[in-house]
Amino acid sequence: MREAEAGLKQRVPEAEVFEHNPRRLYIRIPRERLTEAAKFLHRERGMRLAICTGIDTREGFEVLYHFSEDTTGTMYTLKVLAPKDDPRVDSQAPWFPAADWIEREMHELLGIDFPGHPNMIPLLTSDTDWDKSKYPLRRDYERRNEAHEQ
Amino acid sequence: MSSRRIVPIGPYHPLQEEPEFFKLIVEGETVVDLEINLGYNHRGHEFISPELTYDQIPFLVERICGICSNSHPLATVLAVEDICGIKAPPRGAYIRTIVHELERVHSHLLWVGLAGHFIGYNTVWMWAWRYREHILEVFEMITGNRNHYAANKPGGTRRDILPEQIPQILAALSVAEKKTMMLTNAVLDDPVIRARLERVGVLTREQAVAYSVLGPTARGSGYDIDVRRDEPWDAYGEIPFNVIVCKEGDVFAKAKVRLLETFESIRIIRECLSKLPDGPIEARIDEVPPGEGIGHAEAPRGEVFHYMRSDGTNRPLRHKVRAPSYMNIASNVVAVKGGSIADAALTLAAVDPCYCCTERMAAFEDGKLKLTGKDLLRLSWQKTEQIKERF
Repeated sequence: MREAEAGLKQRVPEAEVFEHNPRRLYIRIPRERLTEAAKFLHRERGMRLAICTGIDTREGFEVLYHFSEDTTGTMYTLKVLAPKDDPRVDSQAPWFPAADWIEREMHELLGIDFPGHPNMIPLLTSDTDWDKSKYPLRRDYERRNEAHEQ
Repeated sequence: MSSRRIVPIGPYHPLQEEPEFFKLIVEGETVVDLEINLGYNHRGHEFISPELTYDQIPFLVERICGICSNSHPLATVLAVEDICGIKAPPRGAYIRTIVHELERVHSHLLWVGLAGHFIGYNTVWMWAWRYREHILEVFEMITGNRNHYAANKPGGTRRDILPEQIPQILAALSVAEKKTMMLTNAVLDDPVIRARLERVGVLTREQAVAYSVLGPTARGSGYDIDVRRDEPWDAYGEIPFNVIVCKEGDVFAKAKVRLLETFESIRIIRECLSKLPDGPIEARIDEVPPGEGIGHAEAPRGEVFHYMRSDGTNRPLRHKVRAPSYMNIASNVVAVKGGSIADAALTLAAVDPCYCCTERMAAFEDGKLKLTGKDLLRLSWQKTEQIKERF
């Protein structure tokens, strides 16, 4: 087992690791433990945040934090799940500036809340007349509506 | 009363010709803070991609950027191949590597030209773009297009490199290498360029790590990352090359990294052409199983990252695209702080934000070519002579 994986298991015992191939690890953790796990990967293991992906799935909103370990070329993906009726994931931006923009973008496109974010203003639609209650990457978004036809 | 003022650069900056809004907050001549507004050019690729099939998506993501137009499709097909657990056959892998490195050469020459333009050194701009032309002609020969090459498809490549094209590619590379060497010596030795670029827009290693910047922006700050070496794909594991790293973190270091990388790319292309294996250029993909895939490739500006989730149909469920500029532009907030307003435009351009502007002119009349490139050159000389006479 890899050192980073073992260290993470020690910090977050609930972590479920799925190995897609030797260089792609997907790690499912409870959302309350995200900050701890991300801090471990970045600060102690020196990994770089590649990006975050938000997905609207049947179980809820999945937020994926892709960390890249450049010394071995392995991608560690932390997966947290936020239920549909309570779409909240703790913000990583206060301690990690690389997460700032992407969390703003996910808030805007998927409607996930990031409590603790220092500057939660829209990133892409800041000075347009976009309807703030519409989230285009959600499954229930009307793909062919009047706004599209115009 | 506070002495803070806002100097806006954008949304359409006359120098950068790019829709991004930088609000410089200044005290006197010094920049104390920066606000960045994005979204003027948002085209919703992540929204469109799940409506297309896996074969169509490379054509969509190719249009994200005209300069990185090989990196995005490459990362997409790597993600699809990661889901399926297959690899491109050797010949396809080598051809993909050649096209990818050719793109780095042309993109770096483009940036050097723009940097020259930004500091008012238009001779550098004209010459760098003239040398880039040789590379674009190679692209036209092997892929059919000067931009938007459409070279990648899931499982391999779309077009083969014919044996009779190899001498022509090598000849074009020799010309480009000789000229780039001349340009590199001229740029790195020029006292005016050094004075203008050194200690400007410094990004320290700690800041580079905190903002997770990529590519030459990171390597110019001593942050030694390169996906080609760290996680080799296609032919990169078999071809030796050096990763150029500079410690200073200023604009000059970034220029140095880009110029020296060009020679490494030319070396990789030569090596690939000499080792080009025989065999098929693509592997067959019958169906994409449910699952997740990540593809990342080192574009000229840094790592391009694509995440794809499949549910077993012929369209992806989710496709996340991250271009390198997304991380690099955010780091401008710390890079411009403490500098003067005059240096700001240069610092903002040093991370090489993308835009596409490659055009070529040909005048036709009644279906016949009226003016060739040589005629245009002659006309331009005539015009210069006329202007000389007038003054």
